Amino acid sequence: MSKLFSLLLRIYRALRRPSVHFSLGFLTIGGFIAGVMFWGAFNTALELTNTETFCISCHEMEDNVFAELKTTIHYSNRSGVRATCPDCHVPHEWTNKIARKMAATKELYGKVFGTINTKEKFEAKRLDLAKHEWARFKANNSLECRNCHEFDNMDFTRQSPRAAKFHSTSLASGKKTCIDCHKGIAHKLPNMKGIKGL
Amino acid sequence: MLKKITLLLAMVFVMTNSALADPDKLATLRKGALNKEVKAPPIPRVYNDDKRQVRSYPEQPPTIPHQIRNYQIDLNTNRCMFCHSRKAIEESQAPAISITHYMDREGQFLATVSPRRYFCTQCHISQNKVKDLVPNSFVDIDAILQQKSKK
Repeated sequence: MSKLFSLLLRIYRALRRPSVHFSLGFLTIGGFIAGVMFWGAFNTALELTNTETFCISCHEMEDNVFAELKTTIHYSNRSGVRATCPDCHVPHEWTNKIARKMAATKELYGKVFGTINTKEKFEAKRLDLAKHEWARFKANNSLECRNCHEFDNMDFTRQSPRAAKFHSTSLASGKKTCIDCHKGIAHKLPNMKGIKGL
Repeated sequence: MLKKITLLLAMVFVMTNSALADPDKLATLRKGALNKEVKAPPIPRVYNDDKRQVRSYPEQPPTIPHQIRNYQIDLNTNRCMFCHSRKAIEESQAPAISITHYMDREGQFLATVSPRRYFCTQCHISQNKVKDLVPNSFVDIDAILQQKSKK
């Protein structure tokens, strides 16, 4: 214990002492440049883990959820706009993104121990996994949907009568959020017995 | 015996003749020669106006007046029931599935949709905006009754 304390004390003293060999200019400008490089590298690495290619580099993702996404409107449509994995599953805002990325380290554990490495295991766990995502969407008022589907920009007259009716009432009043009705639009639904509404 | 042989020959003649007929004149829905690849027609648009359509006869399953792209109907869930189930209609104001959907084949009423009525799209379908592929001479029963009473 005292050994550790003396080590910390030595580091603290070294940090407090003015530099003997390096000039102030080298330390400040060099520190700034090193900081920029570190930040750039950090962000590049972060963005690298935020691509579809990275997500589907695991067969768990490619064979199950990604295969299901392919047939949906979010993947293939007339206008060529495509929502890939991170668009819906990673918050765009920095703080929330880092929080989500930290939570996602659990997925690394799952990958190593093969929690869902077969179709059967995945199907068995599907409801739990889906519930996590529904809870996340519910908690942040379907933020990832709204990154593209901005409520204020919706033209109800261009929607089908049914859609316009619900969007102008339940959604407008804030009683419901996107995920309450639009579950299972990008992936197949698990057994919904007992889930409200289905 | 001779009769049989003539009949057989006649049949063979008819069969070969029809097979050798001009492939372009065959009455098919292909709109092209059988031995040629036909250009696929464009995917039609679906009626999505939520207007209920008339039923051509009383037993006709009503058509679906809206889009049902990617609706999941399987062992896990039934997307249609999200709005059309007994409990959902208060909120959705969609037509509820009728009491016949709760009946099993013995005529017993169950508490929920009978398994034999579970797969909605076996009977109910959305309508495409397309021209009829073949002419249809269907006449409504009311029209027939009216004609009969005139006579």
